[in-house]
Amino acid sequence: MIEFLFLFFAAIAVGAAVNVLAQKHVLYSALSLILMLTAMSALFVLLEAEFLAVINVIVYAGAIMVLFVFVIMLLNLPRDENGDRLRWLKFVGIPMGVFFLLLIGRTLWTAAGGEPAQPRITGSAAVIGSSLFTDYVLPFELTSLLILIALIGAVVFAKKDL
Amino acid sequence: MIPLNWYLLLGASLFLIGVIGFFVKHNIIALLLSVEIMLSAVNLTFVAFSSQRGEISGQVFVFFVLVVAAAEAAVGLALVIAIFRNRESLNVDRSNLLRW
Repeated sequence: MIEFLFLFFAAIAVGAAVNVLAQKHVLYSALSLILMLTAMSALFVLLEAEFLAVINVIVYAGAIMVLFVFVIMLLNLPRDENGDRLRWLKFVGIPMGVFFLLLIGRTLWTAAGGEPAQPRITGSAAVIGSSLFTDYVLPFELTSLLILIALIGAVVFAKKDL
Repeated sequence: MIPLNWYLLLGASLFLIGVIGFFVKHNIIALLLSVEIMLSAVNLTFVAFSSQRGEISGQVFVFFVLVVAAAEAAVGLALVIAIFRNRESLNVDRSNLLRW
């Protein structure tokens, strides 16, 4: 049963990711990426990382992707005119990518996963929070600095004349 | 229980799709979306290893990846707006001059 769920959501994730690349208009790509992130959240639930599943939907699919969709609609883009040059890249890049995937997939498939650690952990908010505020306090505080820099940078770039 | 290999294989496939998209697409926003696919694939790998090894650190790192993704999206979209204002196009092949 759980294997079936995994395969179902994995198929949705891969299909949506391929659809992101296949779509001509970038708005449909963004909507397809939201579908992929939702499937990803389902996979997080299967891995017993419930808090991250919720955060993935709220922050990733909710906030970040809405920002993308907002900008796409704001710019009122013309249809994607395919580039004149570098057209052949598609016919070189995709076979090489698939070849690389087969190479890495063979390694991953034959590698012994081993037994999962015993007691199983569940990624609840309490467990993640206590780790975040004890072992990872410094990175957590630096994160606020990163957000501040990104905020200022975004305003500086997007403003017409400063 | 689902073996770790399946998750790693799925993560690698999604990452490869993101890489191919980054090299093949011409639209700047599509490139940013490809980067998001790659980050998401890495998140899945982090969580799979965290679950396998019984350590919470992997899930904490996903948190930081989310923060970096948010910052990257904010700055990247601001750049997209600036480029579109100057060029009326988001095709990366058109943006081949440093100054105009």
